[in-house]
Amino acid sequence: MNTNYIISKKTKRVFLSISVIGILLIALGFLFQNPESKNIWMSVLLNNLYFLFLSLFGVLFIALHKIAHSGWHVSLKRIPEALSTFLPYAAVLMFLLIFGMHDLYHWTHHDLHDPIIEGKSAYLNVPFFFIRMAVYFAGWIGLSYLLRKNSMSQDLSDDYKYHKQGKVLAALFMAFFAVSSSTMSWDWIMSVDPHWFSTLFGWYVFIGLFVSGIAAFILIIAFLKSQGHLEFVNKEHLHDLGKYLFGFSIFWMYLWFFQYMLIWYSHIPEETIYFAQRLNGFPVLFFTILVLNFLFPFLALMTRNAKRNIKWLAMVASVVLIGQWLNIYLMLSPGILGETAQIGFIEIGAACLYLGGFLWVIFNALSKKPLLCKNDPFLEESFHYET
Amino acid sequence: MRRYISAYFTDEEDLLRASKILMEKEISILDVLTPFPVHGLDKVLGLKESKLPTVGFIAGAIGTIFAFGFQTWAFVVDYPLFIGGKPHFAIPAFIPITFEVTVLFAAFAMVFAFLFRSKLGLGAKNKIHDERITDDRFVIIIDANESDEHFENVKNILEHEDAHDIQLKENQ
Repeated sequence: MNTNYIISKKTKRVFLSISVIGILLIALGFLFQNPESKNIWMSVLLNNLYFLFLSLFGVLFIALHKIAHSGWHVSLKRIPEALSTFLPYAAVLMFLLIFGMHDLYHWTHHDLHDPIIEGKSAYLNVPFFFIRMAVYFAGWIGLSYLLRKNSMSQDLSDDYKYHKQGKVLAALFMAFFAVSSSTMSWDWIMSVDPHWFSTLFGWYVFIGLFVSGIAAFILIIAFLKSQGHLEFVNKEHLHDLGKYLFGFSIFWMYLWFFQYMLIWYSHIPEETIYFAQRLNGFPVLFFTILVLNFLFPFLALMTRNAKRNIKWLAMVASVVLIGQWLNIYLMLSPGILGETAQIGFIEIGAACLYLGGFLWVIFNALSKKPLLCKNDPFLEESFHYET
Repeated sequence: MRRYISAYFTDEEDLLRASKILMEKEISILDVLTPFPVHGLDKVLGLKESKLPTVGFIAGAIGTIFAFGFQTWAFVVDYPLFIGGKPHFAIPAFIPITFEVTVLFAAFAMVFAFLFRSKLGLGAKNKIHDERITDDRFVIIIDANESDEHFENVKNILEHEDAHDIQLKENQ
């Protein structure tokens, strides 16, 4: 069984042209739309977060299934491992925000005389913001590197100790991620509206991360399968990934709705302003997100056959990926750009540019290692898996 | 009068292999009784997918429409009250109840549809073939109305597959 994937020239050219299209769109945006520096930083932050989330999902998926003693995912685990190789690049891109803090985050302005923001200044101040960022990335990159290294050493030796070590690393990552996923969403997303807060926000962002990661995972599998690889991934594995996409789309909606409903019920102006801005400024986008992220996957993936058909599953996954991008856009843009913001050439161009680079990194990482791991005690179980 | 052959197995792997061989030789299996769900047995026996999810979907959809419609009628048309300064037609407030009623309808409909289709429910007679199939034995029931050689033939096949207590039985 040939398990080596070599990235073909054609694929490389496709990735490159996605990036080139992105650059052209950005150029068009500069010619016709006169973007302010705010627009540009907004696109940087949006795409940083989006691709960081996809990459974080890679580590999360491995860690989650390792500590849950899961067997079915083992034959697929090279793909989330490859996803997590984007993390160092995401870190560099995220630290670019040093130059954009003034445009992005209102709380960094000096002459505010705002008692609410002053009250939060012990947490929301620029040095601490970057210290936290450094801590998050140190933890994520370090643990994801150790997990990948552990999996590579397991390939070379059938010593059981690597399995045990992997579980310890996975548990460490889960504990670190449980806290950092919540605080990163306060830092990077919620603080664009510094007056507003929601205790549910961290979970809401986290579940968006999980859904978009699963969707990306499915698309990569669909692509590799269409190239004739991954013959050991069968309909049972797809069925489980489909169930993830289906279930977590519902859970995403659950958290979305309970954030909305509690704010709607209590009707406190400081809280309702968040949804008032979004409903008044972006009525179409507001409901489109609900359709793309919940209604469509809910109805499309309801039957068993839909989850086992790779083409259908890939189609739903791409819709969800677009929906999650729009979701992050709507979380950020009213706070940074106000209610008149629009999705233009800059935003779409930046997304294409990032996508090309992201795919380049991921598929290069995939082509460096065999697509099937060895010596994992659950590997045999993964082949015989049945839902 | 109906005649059948029953054969006992102690291991699900033997059961799966024997069912496969019987299906390949086109010997009609009336039923397979197991103490727990055996993976892959549905596929071997060529069973059709259950229609229970469809029942659940339809009943759930009815529940959604009923709950939403009833709340709308009650709060908007029949007895409009001002509650907390909210509009009469307050969609977010209706959603949790609509969700719960949807789940309730779907769950009840599926339970009753299942009981009805499998002829269970109140007053159903205990039709357990053998006490042992609730514990550690697997049983294949095979139709035996064709001919007398049929029994010998099946017995030969099954004995080869580690079955025990292969018997020809009759019931009224």
